[in-house]
Amino acid sequence: MSADVEDKAGLPPRALQPVTVGLFATCLVDMFRPSVGFATARLLEAAGCRVVVPDAQTCCGQPAYNSGDRKDARALARDMIRLFEPFDYVVVPSGSCGGMISHHYPDLLRDDPDWGPRARRLAARCYELMAFLVDVRGMDAVTARLDATVTYHDSCSGLRELGVKAQPRRLLDSVEGLTLKELTGAEDCCGFGGTFCVKYPDISGRMVSNKVADIRATGADMLLAGDMGCLLNMAGRLKREGSTVQIRHVAEVLAGMTDTAPIGDTADTARRR
Amino acid sequence: MQATSHQFKDNVKRAMGDAELQASLSKIKNGFVHKRAAAAAALPEFETLRDEARDIKNHVLGHLDIYLERFTAEVEARGGHVHWAPTAADARRIIIDLARDSGARTITKSKSMVTEEIALNDALEQVGIEPIETDLGEYIIQLAKEPPSHIIAPAIHKTKEQVAELFLRHHGRYGKTQRLTEPTDMVREAREVLRQKYLDADMGITGANFLVAETGSIILVTNEGNADLTLALPKRHVVVAGIEKLVPTLEDASTMLRVLARSATGQEFSSYTTLVTGPKRDGDLDGPDDFHIVLLDNGRSGMIGTEFQDMLRCIRCGACMNHCPVYNAVGGHAYGWVYPGPMGAVLTPALIGVDEAGHLPNASTFCGRCEQVCPVRIPLPRMMRAWRTREFERGLNPTGQRWGLGLWAWFARRPRAYRLLSRTGAAVLGRLGRGNGRFRRLPLAGGWTGVRDLPAPEGRSFVAAWKADGRPTAMPVSPTQGTTGSTKP
Ligand code: SF4
Repeated sequence: MSADVEDKAGLPPRALQPVTVGLFATCLVDMFRPSVGFATARLLEAAGCRVVVPDAQTCCGQPAYNSGDRKDARALARDMIRLFEPFDYVVVPSGSCGGMISHHYPDLLRDDPDWGPRARRLAARCYELMAFLVDVRGMDAVTARLDATVTYHDSCSGLRELGVKAQPRRLLDSVEGLTLKELTGAEDCCGFGGTFCVKYPDISGRMVSNKVADIRATGADMLLAGDMGCLLNMAGRLKREGSTVQIRHVAEVLAGMTDTAPIGDTADTARRR
Repeated sequence: MQATSHQFKDNVKRAMGDAELQASLSKIKNGFVHKRAAAAAALPEFETLRDEARDIKNHVLGHLDIYLERFTAEVEARGGHVHWAPTAADARRIIIDLARDSGARTITKSKSMVTEEIALNDALEQVGIEPIETDLGEYIIQLAKEPPSHIIAPAIHKTKEQVAELFLRHHGRYGKTQRLTEPTDMVREAREVLRQKYLDADMGITGANFLVAETGSIILVTNEGNADLTLALPKRHVVVAGIEKLVPTLEDASTMLRVLARSATGQEFSSYTTLVTGPKRDGDLDGPDDFHIVLLDNGRSGMIGTEFQDMLRCIRCGACMNHCPVYNAVGGHAYGWVYPGPMGAVLTPALIGVDEAGHLPNASTFCGRCEQVCPVRIPLPRMMRAWRTREFERGLNPTGQRWGLGLWAWFARRPRAYRLLSRTGAAVLGRLGRGNGRFRRLPLAGGWTGVRDLPAPEGRSFVAAWKADGRPTAMPVSPTQGTTGSTKP
């Protein structure tokens, strides 16, 4: 798959030349968790980026693509390319949507003489947030504080398509007061899988129950991950089981923006724990 | 076997409610998965070997005609016979003819997925020939009259108590009437029963892990040595193998063997690796008088040149299913045919039709672990997606699903309408969910809320809120000009 992606090396030298980033928040962040969008922007700005949020952004087209609807997926891919190609980079607080742009767009538009090369060019400049901060911008610490024991779930696409594993841990390590307790089976799928979770609720339910059992076994106060789909899924199951574990996107913690209610809680329900 | 893949959802429900199955499945992780990881870590060149294994198979698939011809010529030069079976029915007919010709009443078999694929045992029984499975797992499921649930551990779904019960019920006629509790005793008892069967058999049937073109040899790996007794004791040895099992040379076979056992069971090598080249020659101490190979196509050549060609690299190691969270939740029988897990999700629609097996490539989160561990680097998720595309193009997915997706895409392609939708959706759900921060139930969302709550949106759309804060939204004329680095919020 990665053969389709141009070498990421020929781009402006890493670190600290000011760059403009087109922030693609993803449809789930847009609708469910704007805090993650603001946290992402704050982290990008701390890494010396100017952040622009194109307001015509919608969805990367992954639901269509993974359901076999190539026509709509291609149309959405072209819209996205048009929208984001003016920026130095496009950064996404989601490994799954980031992987869609950087791995699957070139594949989808492979045979298109005009859009194929444009897809490849955008793919080469598209990053998942954690990978962008650490690998491209050379960030190795944040200035945030959180007195909590957290555990971390590696979302599948980020991990296996984009190699996101060490970067969030490196940054979390710099958060004052935070202890990371590694999750057994951190790399096991949580059972979200886009439309999978509603098409096969029995299987998805089993997978997320297993995941939640592992999370609860860590004894951590908080669960973090880098993908809203997985977070909504795990939060939904944790809350269904009456767990007091709080759930947040990792960007919220790294940006020091934990004053909002956690995912699936209100300020009240979170305080009552 | 009769496929039940179309009733996948019912199969799943049954599997979920089967406590003994669930107990058996829970052992995979600490068994195969950990052992594979240890074996891979212990061999520095493992990743390179995987590349080589992939390349060898790709090369063969690119020149299949040449290697089939060479293989056939080499087998015949050594006194063996090659039979070409375009379909499962052809293969069954050829094998039954061979059995009748040798006057066979009983046939011993060494575990072979391809004979499961062609439903050979049923066909033999129908003409009055008794097939006897000699691999312990395969023997167990034969007694239970069940299909295999895993391609290398066919009885993995059985607990040892269930096995003890089966033996008690079936071994009485051999004078074994004690209920056993220890696996080692069960193995011993099965061995004693099978020993006589080996001696009685008139013909032996095995599969093949590899067919070596340069020498006309077949290679078989087992951990029980049962294949060796199956092929060496009876007069006639019949090999049944898919055409994709070819490798060019012995050297290539050795590369494949180095990744096979490590991926399958975490062993460096299987306990028995047997090379068979033709029938017994003058002066040989053992071996069959008569050696036949049935080369099965059964839909395989039709995959060449399609987006499913890579699937023919599969060496049936089972790693993809061991690492698959869906397989681990539902077991192999839910897939409804011979091949379960990710490899089955791609291969089954190719062999029995996507109309029958359409669920299988859909029942995946695309988590990617299968591709990560596949020794020949088959891009399984990509091929499952290709099946979904074919289904979509033929209008095979449920209408509701198509409508939902179409509607979503319609909005996503119209940013203004989409903004209105996301802003309103976030606001309405946000307000409704304000009390608890989540929903236990929502109209039309039963697929989600049946097993988990739905966290409530915060109440604003990010893009709208960003814009309302007066933050940059317009596209810059030239992206790198006019920017001045960090702008702290
Ligand atoms: S697809 Fe790959 S991992 Fe699965 S059985 Fe075949 S070779 Fe093994």
